[in-house]
Amino acid sequence: MTIQQPNSFRTGPDERGHFGIFGGRFVAETLMPLILDLEKAYAEAKADPAFRAEMDGYLSHYVGRPSPLYFAERLTEHLGGAKIYLKREELNHTGSHKVNNVLGQILLARRMGKKRIIAETGAGMHGVATATLCARFGLECIVYMGAVDVERQKPNVFRMQMLGAEVRPVQSGAKTLKDAMNEALRDWVTHVGATFYCIGTVAGPHPYPMMVRDFQSIIGHETREQILAAEARLPDSLVACIGGGSNAMGLFHPFLDDRAVEIYGVEAAGHGLGSGLHAASISGGRPGVLHGNRTYLLMDDDGQIQEAHSISAGLDYPGVGPEHAWLHSVGRATFLSATDDEALAAFRLLSRLEGIIPALESAHAIAKVIELAPMKPKDHLMVVNLSGRGDKDIFSVAEHLGGKL
Amino acid sequence: MTTRIDRRFAALRAESRAGLVTFLTAGDPDAETSLAILRALPQAGADVVELGMPFTDPMADGPAIQASSQRALKTGQTLRKTLAMVRTFRAGDDATPIVLMGYYNPIYIYGVDRFLVDAREAGVDGLIVVDLPPEEDEELCLPALKAGLNFIRLATPTTDDRRLPAVLANTSGFVYYVSITGITGSAAPDTGKVTGAVARIKRHTALPVCVGFGVRTAEHARAIAEGADGVVVGSALVDAVRASLDDEGRATRATVTAVTGLVSALAAGVRGARRVAAE
Repeated sequence: MTIQQPNSFRTGPDERGHFGIFGGRFVAETLMPLILDLEKAYAEAKADPAFRAEMDGYLSHYVGRPSPLYFAERLTEHLGGAKIYLKREELNHTGSHKVNNVLGQILLARRMGKKRIIAETGAGMHGVATATLCARFGLECIVYMGAVDVERQKPNVFRMQMLGAEVRPVQSGAKTLKDAMNEALRDWVTHVGATFYCIGTVAGPHPYPMMVRDFQSIIGHETREQILAAEARLPDSLVACIGGGSNAMGLFHPFLDDRAVEIYGVEAAGHGLGSGLHAASISGGRPGVLHGNRTYLLMDDDGQIQEAHSISAGLDYPGVGPEHAWLHSVGRATFLSATDDEALAAFRLLSRLEGIIPALESAHAIAKVIELAPMKPKDHLMVVNLSGRGDKDIFSVAEHLGGKL
Repeated sequence: MTTRIDRRFAALRAESRAGLVTFLTAGDPDAETSLAILRALPQAGADVVELGMPFTDPMADGPAIQASSQRALKTGQTLRKTLAMVRTFRAGDDATPIVLMGYYNPIYIYGVDRFLVDAREAGVDGLIVVDLPPEEDEELCLPALKAGLNFIRLATPTTDDRRLPAVLANTSGFVYYVSITGITGSAAPDTGKVTGAVARIKRHTALPVCVGFGVRTAEHARAIAEGADGVVVGSALVDAVRASLDDEGRATRATVTAVTGLVSALAAGVRGARRVAAE
């Protein structure tokens, strides 16, 4: 079968929020008017130069952008192939790329006059970013977090609480990110008037996948300028980890129409794709409908959603953003997966070689760089999104390694 | 074409009373008990039955219905089994309308066309699919109408007059007014506000309007029935199932009667309502 490729990969979604068959607005009627309001408010903000200027100001002075594009010399030497650059999103305020999106959504919430912010979080990085900006702007902040994740990401729970947010542990289902999202949606349905739902990834009903992508695209735009400055040409490949896929989409989107640029998304393979215990919805799932959008999901033959499994709480989700699902279907991006063990090895390698402790999420991307880079020539430029820092993970990594770092 | 739902509401109108719409989750607490409850409902006073298709992630439902879905899934309930349950019920009751209620993914995976054929053949009359707003009508609503099934839409307090026409456009059978913004089983609705809201919807449609979310007692059902064409009770009934189970979560001899007893009381409440001009 030949896949019909569009003239541009950057025009989606259509006005109904579809990327091919993916995306859409699969929500209860109670939320539908709110989503339409949000879409309108976002369109107005996007067209308003004052909104852009306000964002840029905070991105420079509060978040600390631009984040560096760093040549990972020792990793490159060690692997002996492609020249590897790390996009240092872990150096942002709050320690990950999540803040780029949260800043945009919180400024939008302020424009809409919303005073109560809710969010879901897995690893806690989105929760911390949301709590941070709510503190900065004096907004009420409630973060839903699976009870299992509360346990394995304790440092982030304390950070959120320190910032004045209320963390509500979610006891339903597998008590991880999917369940946190269900509970946040239930909260939103219940408190429709004053509440703004700050979704942390490029998923959910339209306009969230588009809006979050737009806010995260600063990663790719900066990367483009920085690599041109450093190498006077575009990169040959991009690599990023994918849970919902916001850091990946932020890096990929500005390069989608540069067809010579290879694009690799790395899903979490947990104990291995064959084990049934993984979080790789593209590699191991199929299209379905959950959380407001059609996308690749892990499910059984009756359409019941299955629990994802990953050592990384941030990737432990049985779905993926609809635009990634579409990029997969049209063949513009290649989706790989890394197991827990591969991620742990990459976590240690990057720490030892570069003095950078990556988030376990980002370690999945590094794990595939370890595989891909040696197969590429030395003049191949590979950019990896180092989406978050690993301070939050050191306790669970220590536990997995039997207390021996 | 008229469906069992249309005929039932016409009959209720002739009796000038509101109907009682009862919800149960298919397969809760197990397939056999669930079928026994379903079969006993019309006799106990249910005018319309909503049969929940269990789903792992019921985003619009509160703890009671979440738990009932979990119980059903745990004993192996599937969409195929739910359709078989309707077929068995239909063999003994050709009059009581059955509305399947749930979320889209299991239907999508079953295959929309195949599902519509099988549902109709089993004796299903209507569908309520919580996560399919009018914006996604092409997915299931339009094919369902074409297949001769009613597609019942939820209207909520956030559905304003501007939006109501879009919500009602492809709705048939009845309109389900969700009396609160919230999940199922939440706080009781304000009956005064509900009557006003029903009147508002009736300005836009000739369809019967049923009211649900938060109705738990006979007294409550009576109050709602004064202003609506039907009263939907769900969480209170699945709570009655739960309360009847043994320590291991298995059905007991009291399970069926726990539900039918409550349904009888609710039916008496609905039938005792002094109806204001709801027409």
